[in-house]
Amino acid sequence: MARTPADLVGANPGPSFEITMDGSPVTALPGQSVAAALWSAGILAWRTTRKAGRPRGVFCGIGQCYDCLAVINGEPNRRACLVPARPGDVITTQEGHGHAGLSV
Amino acid sequence: MPASASDPYDLAVIGAGSAGLAGAVTAAELGLSVALLDASSQTGGQFYRHPAPSLKAARPEALHHDWAAFAELRRRLEQSDVSHLYGHHVWAVAKEDNGLWALHAVTGVDGTAERSVRVRARTVLLATGAYERQLPFPGWTLPGVVGAGGAQAMLKSGLVLPGRRVVVAGSGPLLLAVASSLAAAGAQVPAVIEASGYLGYARRPRALAANPQKLVEAAVHGAALLRHRVRLRTRSAVTEVHGTDRVEAVTVTRLDRDWRPVRGAGRRIECDALAVGHGLAPQIELATTLGCATRPLADGTSALALDGLQETSVPGLWAAGETGGVGGAQLARAEGELAGLASAARLYGYHVREGRVRELQRRRDRLRAFADAMTVAHAPGPGWTGWLTDDTDVCRCEEVSAGSIREAIADLGARDARTVKLLTRAGMGWCQGRMCGTAVACLAAREGAVESSAERRPFAVPVPLSVLASLDEPAGIEPDTAPGVDR
Ligand code: FES
Repeated sequence: MARTPADLVGANPGPSFEITMDGSPVTALPGQSVAAALWSAGILAWRTTRKAGRPRGVFCGIGQCYDCLAVINGEPNRRACLVPARPGDVITTQEGHGHAGLSV
Repeated sequence: MPASASDPYDLAVIGAGSAGLAGAVTAAELGLSVALLDASSQTGGQFYRHPAPSLKAARPEALHHDWAAFAELRRRLEQSDVSHLYGHHVWAVAKEDNGLWALHAVTGVDGTAERSVRVRARTVLLATGAYERQLPFPGWTLPGVVGAGGAQAMLKSGLVLPGRRVVVAGSGPLLLAVASSLAAAGAQVPAVIEASGYLGYARRPRALAANPQKLVEAAVHGAALLRHRVRLRTRSAVTEVHGTDRVEAVTVTRLDRDWRPVRGAGRRIECDALAVGHGLAPQIELATTLGCATRPLADGTSALALDGLQETSVPGLWAAGETGGVGGAQLARAEGELAGLASAARLYGYHVREGRVRELQRRRDRLRAFADAMTVAHAPGPGWTGWLTDDTDVCRCEEVSAGSIREAIADLGARDARTVKLLTRAGMGWCQGRMCGTAVACLAAREGAVESSAERRPFAVPVPLSVLASLDEPAGIEPDTAPGVDR
């Protein structure tokens, strides 16, 4: 019986690479979204809500709910479930509407 | 491809799932020039979502049902001249003065490439599918609670699981498919919690008898669940999620026939994730903005009203698949093919192969009957609002609680979802009510009948202001090209 999803589909991806989440290294596989890479590291939340400051991550998984917004390489409001991870990506927790650290 | 870049396509298809693919290849094989637009970089839609090529999955079909049907459509697409415009998020469809359709899209993996594209076509096939319908409950915003379809999507495309021990809950046949794939991929699934009974199907023996393959499908999932020792509990719901910053356990409560929680019947199940969903809602905003007629479904959602050849009430605009009511991939293929044939007949007066059309129509009607039985069997009972506490967030984006919605209704006199929205901001956030629309409509209806919500969203996806500003300046917008975007 398959123990992992990769076993189940016989995945044989190229070499993994690193991205960072709030400064900590996270391993990603080529072809995975940023959200998938975070999930495989056991990270389920990378955003806090505007009003109550509550943690959120993926909900719909297909680009509809906008719960998975993250700051990716300095750009806020990217949907992590849609954006593919690339080597060296810097992901940071998005706070509120995501413009706190920006001069806009 | 049209002869020159400024010529319109004969047919533009929005959505590269089963319905869109079938429509596109059918029309192209009859000689039409076809553009196929989809937000994703891959074909297959949500049902046939699969890992990106660089994950090199040798057996993507292990996570799928009926993969051969998709492989065949993909082969026909590769052999056709269809222009596959991937990474195109269509935000509006409009009729221009010259009678042509203009499809406006933003490009990029998540539509933030800030490049706007306009594709012109003489006819359009809308095959945008559905999105998952959600009913809120205390704790549903905690990390670790994910859509059932969302868990399935993340598994199929990214080969990841939300946790090690995942409870699957909600209502509808998707739950069985999700639970069996999560279990097959190595997750422990302690239980599937279904709010309906399965007796609803027994009341429609004709629809069942006419669709034996659906019973086989159910049996396959059932057997997988047995093999993985997954328990199925019907007439029950997750009424609370426990945990501070992530899921630690859920409370499952028995429901009466109306989905009202039975007091004192709660039971705790330890888990680190919950995959939840209450069926699917047709994604039809591009069509409703154009004024297309809709039909109410038994579960309070709306689908497009279509004629015998899949045309909407707006001439030249066809629809297929879940946009006409959620019914699955097989139905989507039949409808897509019908629409492709119909658009070819309209444009070039082809004598449509009548035998084939009748065969497709018979298949469609049979599968539609089953889909309607399914919708009835899993329609949310009115009592579900009984599991909301006043501080349960109903609108995830704007953090609007059930309490403030009830206040808008009881104290401020709101009588419908629209007024609730204006008073509370529920449904005014990023997702534009896709996640909370059903819940708000049910709460607003109180004892009365729920108005089926054909949401009108002027923009089907968020559009940067710069894109709108550039619309009047021809130079600011890419002409009718078949652009590639970075994968
Ligand atoms: S998880 Fe819903 S948009 Fe990404």
